Amino acid sequence: MIAHLTILQVVIPLSAAPICVILKRSKLVWLFAVLVSAITFLISLALLQQVLNTDVISYQLGGWQPPWGIEYKIDKLNALLLLIISSISTIVLLASQKSIEKEIPQDKHTLFYILYLLSLTGMLGIVATGDAFNVFVFLEISSLSAYALIALGKDRQALWASFQYLILGTIGATFILIGVGLMYQMTGTLNMLDLAQHLPEVAQTKTVYTAYAFIVAGLCLKLAMFPLHLWLPNAYAYAPSVVTAFFAATATKVAIYLLIRFTFSVFGFSFSFTTIPLQTLLMALGLAGIFIASISAIYQSNIKLLFAYSSIAQIGYMIVGFSLATAAGLTATLLHLFNHALMKSAIFLALGALMYKLGSVHIDNFKGLGRKMPFTMAAIVIGGLSLIGVPLTVGFISKWYLVKALLAQGWWPIAVLILLGSMLAVIYVWKIVEAAYFYPANAAPKQIEEAPALILIPTWLLVLANVYFGIDTSLTVEVSKAAAESLFGSTP
Amino acid sequence: MKDLFAVVMLSGIYSLLSASFFVALDAVDVAFTEAAVGAGISTLLMLIVISMTGRSENTTRHKPLPALIVVSITGALLIFGTLDMPYFGITDAPIHQHVAPRYIEESMQEIGIPNIVTSVLASYRAFDTLGELVVIFTACTGVLALLSFNSKTNRNDKSLSVSMHKQHLVIRIVAKILIPFILLFALYVQFHGDFGPGGGFQAGVIFAAAIILYTMLFGLSAAQKALNPSLILLITALGVLLFTCVGLTSLLLGGNFLNYNVLADLPVIGQHLGILIIELGVGCTVAAVMILIFFNFANQREQLKQKHKQVKDSQELSP
Amino acid sequence: MIIGLFNYWIVVILMMSGLYIVIAHGNLIKKLVGLTIFQTSVFIFYISIANIEGADAPILADSINQYSNPLPHVLILTAIVVGIATTALGLALVVRIKTAYGTIEEETIQQLDNQSSQSKQNNDAKEQA
Repeated sequence: MIAHLTILQVVIPLSAAPICVILKRSKLVWLFAVLVSAITFLISLALLQQVLNTDVISYQLGGWQPPWGIEYKIDKLNALLLLIISSISTIVLLASQKSIEKEIPQDKHTLFYILYLLSLTGMLGIVATGDAFNVFVFLEISSLSAYALIALGKDRQALWASFQYLILGTIGATFILIGVGLMYQMTGTLNMLDLAQHLPEVAQTKTVYTAYAFIVAGLCLKLAMFPLHLWLPNAYAYAPSVVTAFFAATATKVAIYLLIRFTFSVFGFSFSFTTIPLQTLLMALGLAGIFIASISAIYQSNIKLLFAYSSIAQIGYMIVGFSLATAAGLTATLLHLFNHALMKSAIFLALGALMYKLGSVHIDNFKGLGRKMPFTMAAIVIGGLSLIGVPLTVGFISKWYLVKALLAQGWWPIAVLILLGSMLAVIYVWKIVEAAYFYPANAAPKQIEEAPALILIPTWLLVLANVYFGIDTSLTVEVSKAAAESLFGSTP
Repeated sequence: MKDLFAVVMLSGIYSLLSASFFVALDAVDVAFTEAAVGAGISTLLMLIVISMTGRSENTTRHKPLPALIVVSITGALLIFGTLDMPYFGITDAPIHQHVAPRYIEESMQEIGIPNIVTSVLASYRAFDTLGELVVIFTACTGVLALLSFNSKTNRNDKSLSVSMHKQHLVIRIVAKILIPFILLFALYVQFHGDFGPGGGFQAGVIFAAAIILYTMLFGLSAAQKALNPSLILLITALGVLLFTCVGLTSLLLGGNFLNYNVLADLPVIGQHLGILIIELGVGCTVAAVMILIFFNFANQREQLKQKHKQVKDSQELSP
Repeated sequence: MIIGLFNYWIVVILMMSGLYIVIAHGNLIKKLVGLTIFQTSVFIFYISIANIEGADAPILADSINQYSNPLPHVLILTAIVVGIATTALGLALVVRIKTAYGTIEEETIQQLDNQSSQSKQNNDAKEQA
């Protein structure tokens, strides 16, 4: 059975979704979904363990050899991603039961969990697969369920946000499809490893340049890189709180994973960074993203929208690390991938708790909350500190490694810009702290109490993880470093 | 063009044309599917939605310039990319050299069915097909989550729909004769997919088309009486489960996931069995999903109509 | 060269007209139609690369010795299904948007959204005053 863990990772949530249809009762379905998600989490732990010992796991679906059949391939990079996705999914699901009670009508609860599981399936499938076309199929599973989940938000803006996401997401996916088609046309294969072996022969053709351009453009749409981020803020702001917590932590990360995978493992480092002026372009866009999104965040009064813009800024940091094209830069990107997932899921879950109690996350409602909901607000504040990059939080670690990587290349002006970008984060986080702790409470006599434990405990689990991985960095740094180095080592 | 009805019909025609183009390029399975889905189901769904949302477009195109720039850049890039492509239709293009020859040469021995597309679809790349099945399952749950399904309203307006559908007597009789044959054809396509073009997906769509035809002529409530929506939802789930169960069974029997060779003593028989079952799963889910999606849209439309009627009634009463 | 690549150029033009409709038109249904055209054109591209001149459909028979490439056919079968799934979900969203906003024109929806967020701010300001 151990040998099959690779496929079970994806197939278990996949089969769990239709089983939920049969179970029907929403409470039962919730328990079942939590259980399934927890199982995928355990499997991902086992896989990570295995990968750290034995390097790469390959699994042939249907027993057909790779270029003919579909292959699942786990190395350190995707093992890390699988761990992020399944752990965040489990914690968020734990909190979801209370939260969706308030935000989604009763008769939709079962469907919500089904869509959630499908979305989990899609993301795990994208990460685990070693086949370029299979990526597209699972990308669509995760995207379609994402559109539906976002549209379940209670404001009507959620519908419009979801539709915009659907249009842009589908364009992105179709771009990827075109790119995969062009690659296939030039090499005759769809398996990533096989592609990596065959592409160098045709690397100088215009068709392969075009293929790479289309895949990168499609992925940049999906990962909401500035200036292709327009769909993200509204989608995150109006989706149900738990959905935001889940997606903010995972969805864009999966796209970044794909970008790394296609750039390093499929097209190869030398092709991606030497023949195409990718480096400067991505660096510039990443930096522009950091500044413009952070500044937009400062002007938001809807706190969910504020943190959605902050997510775009954080993607900018990851892109900057990626565009360095060094192992140290990639390590920083991977670290930030993991750490940002922890921060944002903690923050958005805490916002979910506020939503549960207050029904709104407008800045005015935050006045005096520091005393009324001390635990929830503390969670947001610690998450915010982590976003800024204060020492003893995970945010510090990733920024530290990013700056170090930049300095190693001698790019100190950009390192300074990164630090300036963090200052902008100070401003928007301070805005919330100010409202919550330094203003008297609103005149409304309504009694506001602390959020229910079922939301608070998962939130605090994530907050503690923020602090824990900020102090004990051995696991995260080791895995990211190993993954980054293996990507640089394995390039043909 | 301002009339959305014409727009949708033209897009349906475009689909149909591309389907015939696929036939010309020897992709019969694809043509079959495109005709059934692109020209059939998709056009139908769009027409229903137009009937709800109004058929004329108000604004003219609002940002033609940026759109033109984006489109010309991507178009130019693509044309640039085509310059180094192997020419259309030549034999020694890389894609005919590397992976595909094995499918053409060995599939008869390894899988034992003449339709190579089916072999690749259901065995070599069966996991893609499972993914595809999950995609439409996702779409189905998504549509269910978006459009609330309210069966209560149907019962009230039964009188309305019955009287309306009575008008088309000739069509109804013709349809009544036709529907059993369509269903039979669907079954033929389902089980003949190994030998000719066809398979679970096409069969599912055709089956659904028959039910949809019935619904259009005899009213939603009549169709729902025959086919309970919650039962159909169950079938969608069971189809997906059937597929994964085949995979899990092969896993328990010692093979890899979806390795049909272990299902029977002889690998070829195992492959046959596996393909038969998963095609059945695909057929079930696809038919059920299409019917369910159609029911949902039609239901939404009737709800809307009823609301309008109530509003009109109350307006007539008030003065 | 012109003859060898002509087919691909036509496909590119079709793709781009689809993409243009998606971006330039404000009507949501038209956007979805554009998306369908865009996707269908990509399907044509895949099927084109599978073609071999003089070959037959990939169904094994004794009299035929050359078949067109079956793999793109399989991929496109999958992609067609993905396409209809997206369209169905998109249409469901259109129906909901129509009931929630009363319109399916992008500009009007955007205006309504801006209005509602402004009026919210105004209300808040009033409450504070």
